[in-house]
Amino acid sequence: MNNIVDLILVFLILSGFGLLGSSRLVSCIRIAAAQGTALGFLVLAQSFGVLSLRVIFITVAVVVLKGFVFPHLLERALRESDTSREVQPFVGYVGSLVTGVIILVFSFWLGLKAALPVAGASSIIVTGAFFLFLVGLFLIVARKTAINQVVGYLVMENGIYIFGFATVAEIPALVELGVLLDVFVAVFVMGIAIYRINKAFDHIDSDRLRSLKG
Amino acid sequence: MISLMYILMALLMAPFLQGIVNRTKAFFAGRQGQPLLQSYFDLYKLVCKDAVYSRTTTWIFKASPIIGLACMLAALMFLPAGPYPALVHFECDIILFVYLFGLMRFFIVLAALDTGSGFEGMGASREVFFSALAEPALVFGVATLARRAESISLSGLFGPAAACALPILALVAVSLFIVFLAENSRIPIDDPNTHLELTMIHEVMILDYSGPDLALVLYAAALKFWILGALMVNIFLAFIGLDGPAVIPVFAAGMIILAVIVGIVESAMARLRFLKVPQLLVGAGVLSALAFALVLRLNG
Repeated sequence: MNNIVDLILVFLILSGFGLLGSSRLVSCIRIAAAQGTALGFLVLAQSFGVLSLRVIFITVAVVVLKGFVFPHLLERALRESDTSREVQPFVGYVGSLVTGVIILVFSFWLGLKAALPVAGASSIIVTGAFFLFLVGLFLIVARKTAINQVVGYLVMENGIYIFGFATVAEIPALVELGVLLDVFVAVFVMGIAIYRINKAFDHIDSDRLRSLKG
Repeated sequence: MISLMYILMALLMAPFLQGIVNRTKAFFAGRQGQPLLQSYFDLYKLVCKDAVYSRTTTWIFKASPIIGLACMLAALMFLPAGPYPALVHFECDIILFVYLFGLMRFFIVLAALDTGSGFEGMGASREVFFSALAEPALVFGVATLARRAESISLSGLFGPAAACALPILALVAVSLFIVFLAENSRIPIDDPNTHLELTMIHEVMILDYSGPDLALVLYAAALKFWILGALMVNIFLAFIGLDGPAVIPVFAAGMIILAVIVGIVESAMARLRFLKVPQLLVGAGVLSALAFALVLRLNG
């Protein structure tokens, strides 16, 4: 643990645990926002030696989108609905935390196995990437509220993003921005969908949507 | 010599910390508060009284305060002061250290069941449940420290840390702080001031004790507070990498600051809802497990 990249990765892992353990939707959104902001700074810290215009541009884009725009969209969707906390998830919070530990162990094992093509990358970057990816997937499966599922999607995307620059040293800025734009559109559409679901059914519990079948 | 002085300091100062916690809480509540030495007066008063025993109880009830105190005294022998080794130390004494607390708890729980009171049985059940959840956090935390210091004796655990280990130490310290609050039945896990409330844990188990026995139980509890607190102060000493004769006064100051922090936590927080407590303790375990995984990956 010798540099700022490792520190940020530890923070990202901790934020993953925070998401697994918190039931209030507002705090889930805030933790996801903090995670997105930290991700932006990870990009910056990763290429600290060679501070190019491209890096600054990507950092600003990530921080603005994941730290401010997405949380804002989600919080608005949350305000419209009358839900403040996830009452009965499929997997309880203690169970989620324990699952998180299992995922963590599995990610560390993967991190040991995976040989990184990028020289000088942090030794826990693969671990962090897989951890966030799996935690995101788990959140999508284990939570019922639509907001939490969107948060899970974002966390998963963060994991993929980290894995991206663990394996490829320099992704072209255009590709990164394309990915960000995709995610932005996805969250935008999901925000509208949550709003619509809430309008039509008076709740955002995705489990109860099966009554749609009529 | 230093380790002996250090044990004497623990024996004399342990009840004093309770006074500081109470004073801090009184300060935040805008009250004058008890005298700082109130815990000593209480102990003295209790020693002068006679004990009353229920006819239901057996020898277990009478023996367990003595066993509890003996466990804490034994644990105190293994406790180092920063880089100074403890009075007694051998390889793997961390396991013994952790499970001396288990032995003490086991006998307190037995004694609570021995009284035959349903109320105390309920408290015993809660105590066992919560401490089972707190134990992984404590064990993983100590294991992390052992791996970092590459020593499996408690005395070698707190040598000055390399700068790279600081985030790991911070994780362990937070986790151990939660364990510390849980083991000492402080807010947010348990409220030491509530009596006859249906949510209390530790206080309910010692309801039947009186006189000198109660004094023993209270003194053992004060020592437990000191010993678990000393673990955290030692981590802090490793953090700042202090060495030399300045360790003892800094250590004492650290204990007092820790007591003030506990007082502030108790003034600022409400007790957690009962169902939330396992979540907090598992969270502490998660922090410890993360620290352990990190120390394995980064130092190994």
